[in-house]
Amino acid sequence: MAFEGLPGLVETREAFGETTLVVDPARLVEACMSLRDEHGFEMLIDIAATDYLGWGAPGVSGYIGTATGRNLNRPMTQGLQALPAPKPKRFSLNYHLLAIQQGAPRVRVQVWLDDGEAVPSVVSVWPGADWFEREAWDMMGIPVEGHPHPERLLMDEDWEGHPLRKDYPLGGEPVRFSGEE
Amino acid sequence: MAVTQESRADPIYDGTRIPSPIPTVLEVDPAIRDTDDILTVNFGPNHPSTHGVLRLIVDLDGEVVVGLHAKVGYVHTGFEKNMEQKSWWKAITYAPRIDYLAYQNNELVFVLAIEKLLGLEVPAKATWMRMLLSELNRIHSHLVWLATGALELGAISMFWYAFREREMILDLSELVTGYRMHTRYFQTGGLAEDIPPGFYPECRKFVEWMPKAIVDYDALLRKNEIWEDRTRGLGLLNRADAIALGQSGPVLRASGVDWDLRRDDPYLFYDRVNFRVPVLPHGDTYDRYRVRIEEMRASVEIVEQCLDRLERLEGEPWIADDRKVVLPPREELHTSMESLIHHFKIVTEGYSVPEGEVYVAVESARGELGCYIVSDGGPRPWRVKFRAPSFAALAATATTVQGAYIADLIAIVGSLDTLMGEVDR
Repeated sequence: MAFEGLPGLVETREAFGETTLVVDPARLVEACMSLRDEHGFEMLIDIAATDYLGWGAPGVSGYIGTATGRNLNRPMTQGLQALPAPKPKRFSLNYHLLAIQQGAPRVRVQVWLDDGEAVPSVVSVWPGADWFEREAWDMMGIPVEGHPHPERLLMDEDWEGHPLRKDYPLGGEPVRFSGEE
Repeated sequence: MAVTQESRADPIYDGTRIPSPIPTVLEVDPAIRDTDDILTVNFGPNHPSTHGVLRLIVDLDGEVVVGLHAKVGYVHTGFEKNMEQKSWWKAITYAPRIDYLAYQNNELVFVLAIEKLLGLEVPAKATWMRMLLSELNRIHSHLVWLATGALELGAISMFWYAFREREMILDLSELVTGYRMHTRYFQTGGLAEDIPPGFYPECRKFVEWMPKAIVDYDALLRKNEIWEDRTRGLGLLNRADAIALGQSGPVLRASGVDWDLRRDDPYLFYDRVNFRVPVLPHGDTYDRYRVRIEEMRASVEIVEQCLDRLERLEGEPWIADDRKVVLPPREELHTSMESLIHHFKIVTEGYSVPEGEVYVAVESARGELGCYIVSDGGPRPWRVKFRAPSFAALAATATTVQGAYIADLIAIVGSLDTLMGEVDR
């Protein structure tokens, strides 16, 4: 399927048999409308947010943090076999779309965001986006602009922080002691 | 192939019912909101009929539901965060616990996603066995749904019958994997162990027994007047709304959409077996019940075909021969230094998975179960995200319960077959 002329299209990638369309967040709603109405992607399957903070930071095993080559005189580290390709911004938001057609065509719409950068809501395109967008805000702290019900979904309303971020600690929930001022 | 509708004159609901502006919250009509007639009831989170821990804030006008607000998150356990901290190999253990009824499907989708990144070939025997267990697991999940769903409407005997067959499936699971639930039997590259002798005859007995049991279920419920009155024409979700809300699986097929990933986007060997995909048009509780019953019949047929193939594959390998990913055979550890090193590396550090991102979807008992994984090329997942079919189904609650009676609310929410472990992850 050809996606040239899609509003706000930045890049098209093919990997592992999957198509990824990187879209400018400012024109996301337009792009989604076009995908739904012109390309037949009637169904929003999932919205998955990913935090890339510290991506590639373990460095490459055999040497630490540089990409100049394997130095066998340095002690081994528990790093990666190769440094992964750098990412444009901290967060990616992935919209997995499905068309109810022969061959089940799928496409992934990807937008890149910095910390605190808002993404427009696609609830007007697919009503099913409601909870997925609330989950993205709750778990990753991605603000959704124009969401009809911008609240946390899984955590308590007064919860601090966004648990799936890479800088959120695994343990250490603050404990309130009785008699504490 | 659609199942023929026998003498049902109920009209097929048309026109959108999705609440506006918030699709997942049913708000009370402002005209009646401030009158004294509206009673707000807190339903759950700990209530036996919420299928886990779900809280519904329901506004009632008399007995009629006029407002609904679903609160989730009570069993959020941070599966996805935990999986990021484990090696790929160890993270498989978490997957089945997310959806604790269709556990085998969850295990499958995660393992398939890892294999897609690795580009690993899986032996035929392992693929057939994965299919067989996934289908048994689908029956298991539908049985639990049927048992509890009927129990909620007062049909207590249904519970005992359905759990009798569920027990048989758990026994089969124990025979193969050593565990009754959460088996962790699917390993990257194939199966964790060979299929034990004696499994095929036992499974054949089940395949012979199960269709008769389904006839019994029909006898108990299908023509039961109380059951019909409390399910027909209730919990309506039409075709357009189901698609707009991203529904999948039995909920989507009961709304008249002929869509099944096993047939339309085949994975494993589903393109090599014959099975029926039941589709019904009314989008009510009754049709969702009928779809699940017919799916159990179809699953039994698939299990039988898998058995036919598996019996001819006796002695074939059950896991890929890739020593960088797959544990070496136990007996080699005593004789081969190389095997010992591989074993040590996989268990301690884990195998590395190539950099990339993939999304894999399977047809779970509840619908499209997806797994989106990101790897940085290291031994641990960078990100794991499960697309839970229940999550989407529960978001449709506000659409389906409009104008229902409070007593039917339980049946309607139950008919969406949501499982809170999967919703909250």
